[in-house]
Order: sequence, then C-alpha cells, then structure tokens
Amino acid sequence: MAGTAGANGECQNRAVLDQWHPVGAIDEAEPNVVHVTRLLGESISFAVTPEGRSAAWRTRSDLTAGTPVDPESVTGTLPSRCEFLYVWTSLGDPPEGSFHIPEFFEPDRRNFNACTLGVYTSAPRAVENFLDMGHFPFVHDGYLGSEPRTEVVDYNVHVDGDTNEIWATECQFWQPAASATATEGQMVEYIYRIMQPYSILLYKSCPAAPERMDLIGLFVQATSEEHCRGHMFLSLIDDESSIGHIRRFVQTIFAQDLPIIENQNPKRLPLDPQAETPIRSDRASIRYRRWLSDLGVTYGVIPAA
Amino acid sequence: MIKLYDYVLSVNCYKQRLLMSILDVPYESIPVDFYPGWEHKSEAFKKINPLGHIPVIDDDGYILWDAHAILVYLAAKYDPSGQWYPAGDPERIGETASWMLFAEGTTNTASAARLCVNLEYDFDLEACQAGAHRLFRVLDEHLWFRERQGLDWVCSGAHPTIADLALFPDVVLSEEGGISRMDYPALRRWTDRFRRIPGFVPMPGIFPPAAVKAGSPD
Repeated sequence: MAGTAGANGECQNRAVLDQWHPVGAIDEAEPNVVHVTRLLGESISFAVTPEGRSAAWRTRSDLTAGTPVDPESVTGTLPSRCEFLYVWTSLGDPPEGSFHIPEFFEPDRRNFNACTLGVYTSAPRAVENFLDMGHFPFVHDGYLGSEPRTEVVDYNVHVDGDTNEIWATECQFWQPAASATATEGQMVEYIYRIMQPYSILLYKSCPAAPERMDLIGLFVQATSEEHCRGHMFLSLIDDESSIGHIRRFVQTIFAQDLPIIENQNPKRLPLDPQAETPIRSDRASIRYRRWLSDLGVTYGVIPAA
Repeated sequence: MIKLYDYVLSVNCYKQRLLMSILDVPYESIPVDFYPGWEHKSEAFKKINPLGHIPVIDDDGYILWDAHAILVYLAAKYDPSGQWYPAGDPERIGETASWMLFAEGTTNTASAARLCVNLEYDFDLEACQAGAHRLFRVLDEHLWFRERQGLDWVCSGAHPTIADLALFPDVVLSEEGGISRMDYPALRRWTDRFRRIPGFVPMPGIFPPAAVKAGSPD
C-alpha cells in the first residue's frame, strides 16, 4: 500500500511514527545490557539503568544483543521513556507526555506485566480483538463467558473531546471465571478505553473492592504491519493471589485468542466500513476503525478508499 | 500421584497432560514459571533436571525428563491395552520409534518457530518455518496414503500411538509460528480425527472438537 511501508517494510506513516510505542517490560530487561527487538519494520535496541532510565536506538553493529552498556552513554538515540512498566520509544516526533493512568499510582495496587507474547497479526487486529466481548463465550468458554449466556448488552461509545481517546462504557458481560480469584460466575462491568492507535485499557469490576476497578491493558508493539507483540499490563487490587497464579490465568486467556486472531484475513485491519459486516455489539470496533481513519493511520490497516 | 513439572503454554508439557488425560491417569501439575521467570533455568530447578528443561515427571520418586521419553514411559506403564506404545508388535514399535524421531524434527522446527514468534527466542525463524514445511509435506503425503488404505494414524494399525500424540501439538499450533497448514489437507483431517479421541483435552491455542449436535448430518 503506497505510503504505508517502505521498500524494506519500514513504516512511513507519520501518524504512527509520531506515537510512543512499547518495546519491552522494564522488569524483564536485565539492566545495563543491550536488548534487541523490532518496531515498525526496523530493528530497535534499548537498555535500561537499574534506576529505571532508558535509552533506545536503531540497532547498530557495535552494540549487539547482550552487550553490557551504560544506557546514558549511548549517543544518537531515539526518544525514550520508562512509564507504566514498559520502555517506550518513538521513531518520529512524539508528544511530550503520553496518556495518564492515575490509578496506577494508588499504593495498594499490584502493577506488573503479565506477559509479552508475539502474535501473527497486525497491531489493530489485536486491539480490536481485545475490545470485543462477543467472542468471550466461544473462545474463552468457562473463563470469560459461557454458552448460552452470549448476549452483549448494549453499551455506550464516545470519543473524549479533550484527550481524543475512545471510551466504551456501561459494558456488561456474564463471566464464569472473571479473574484469577473468581470462585463463581458473575455479571462483570467493563469500561474500555483506547488511548492511542495500538494501546487499549480495560477497567473491570474488582472482586476485592467493589467500588474500584482492576485495570488490564494491552499495549501493542507493532513489529511489522502483520506481526506484533502484545504487552499485558495489569494493575490489580488483589493481595491474595500469587503473581504466578495471575500470570498463568492471563497467559491462558491470551493464548486462547491466538488461533482466532491469527486466522483473521486480511491481517491488516480494513477501515472501509463496507469491508467487513459488523453487528450491533461491534459499535466500539466501528468507532475504533473510524477513529484510526480520522487520525490518518495507514500502517497495519487497509485504509478506506 | 505423578507430579508433572508443567507450564501451561508449553507444547511438550501439553503432550504429557494429553496422554495422562486420555489414559485417565491422575497427576498433580507443579507450575514452573517458564516465562517470564525462566524458572526452569534456575539452580533450584536444575537439581531436578540438570538440563534445565520441562517437562519432568516425578512418579513416586522416579524422575524422568524429555517429553518424548516420558510419553514412552507413561504409555508403557499406564496403558493396559498396550496400543499407545505397541511394544508387543515389532513393526508397529519400529514405526512408532521412527515417527517419534520425526516428531523431534517438528519440535525443533514448527515449535521452535512458535518460540521465536511468541517469546522472541533467538532462532533463525525462516529456517525453522522452511524446515517445518518440509516435514509437514512428508507427513501430509504419508497420511494421505494411509487414508487411501483406510488407516487413520501415522503408524500401521487401527489405534493411534504416542507418535501421533507427539506430533499433534507441534502441528496444530504451527500457525503461532507463522506456518500455515493450508496446503496440507490430509494433515488437517488427521488433526480433526485426533481431537475426537476420548479423553482429549485442549490447551490454550487449541480448540476442542466442535460438538456434534444431535440430529446433525455428520
């Protein structure tokens, strides 16, 4: 697609280049060592200090993976920041600040990366799957849904005028095992929030504190147009479960999605409203596709004609 | 009770869960934090398996590692029918051994590709994918000729063996490694047959067989 990717697959889409993109979980990156990953069709390296400062740069031959390095001594770097559990970088001119998650700083929350898993699909397909409640009883049977309770109750979708983020509110779904601590089925309340083209956050009613919400994020690193890595961000109020137990639960759910999203064709998300047939419960996806068009996103999507 | 040192997303651990479910052998799953903890590489775990691999089983003090070796042990010990590991039949046991070695190849190509894609393992992804396609082509042809003879499984005879079981997860999860099964129709039919074996359990990424509804034509 003209204007989307260069001859070597590198991204040429200004709207995507100028975003902040996650490249790895801080906790999983050994400090002062070069880590190599891919972002937007290019090889990108990064390193973090033990204090949580970072540097990121286009991979070069004198700093191969595993080489000890003082991140603050690297020159010719890209913008980078450590925030919300991850190292973020940008191949363009990113905004000064990124989105806010005030709940993250509440002292009694447990914040950690549940997993980072690579997926053979585009970043927007991964976001859209995360946004979809309709598949719960079929793909996550016994966990996030169960037949015959397949109804997606009508919900609201709006774009916040100040932040230009998408919010889907008053979502409800009946779930047999909504979380790692659930012992019985319950009606669960959801709020979805899409902060940037490849980052989405879910607020979910919290079994341990009924007046508050657990946060589950999917921050997607588009390694190419048709492949991505999903970073699963958790910010939970749960002092009972072990982190290992919660991670197994989340990794199970994530892996259940893989055969579905990897078999969606085309892998890039079509933005033409006529390209795929939505149903009523897809209102959030419809809004997401239109919003991507409005932002000028052409990478990882098939733009509307 | 058998203890299985286990990781939910590991194909090689799944092979053990699958066989023990089919044979109705009770076991206790001991979760190993494979990712992100890399617990199998820890000094503590290397006291259990010095190679730092999972799965490992502990059957009342008898420790065994290596996925395909454990399948041999479990089938030999816990399958009273003697069909899953047909030790009494020289030809079938020869075929089983041959296809188990073939399954080492699918593990080192198809499942290695999956580790590259899912967890950024530093393997040559394109070589893994090409190697998997080479093996899938051979297996697809083999199964096609088997079907022509009215046979459903990789080895001779009417009953599946641990060779089918060793191959199934590598094949059925191949798309996670970017290896399409579009061109292998006999392979796809075999995976559908395998899912209908009594006692079959899925793992995340593998669907259970579609329920056959009463009155449906098939």
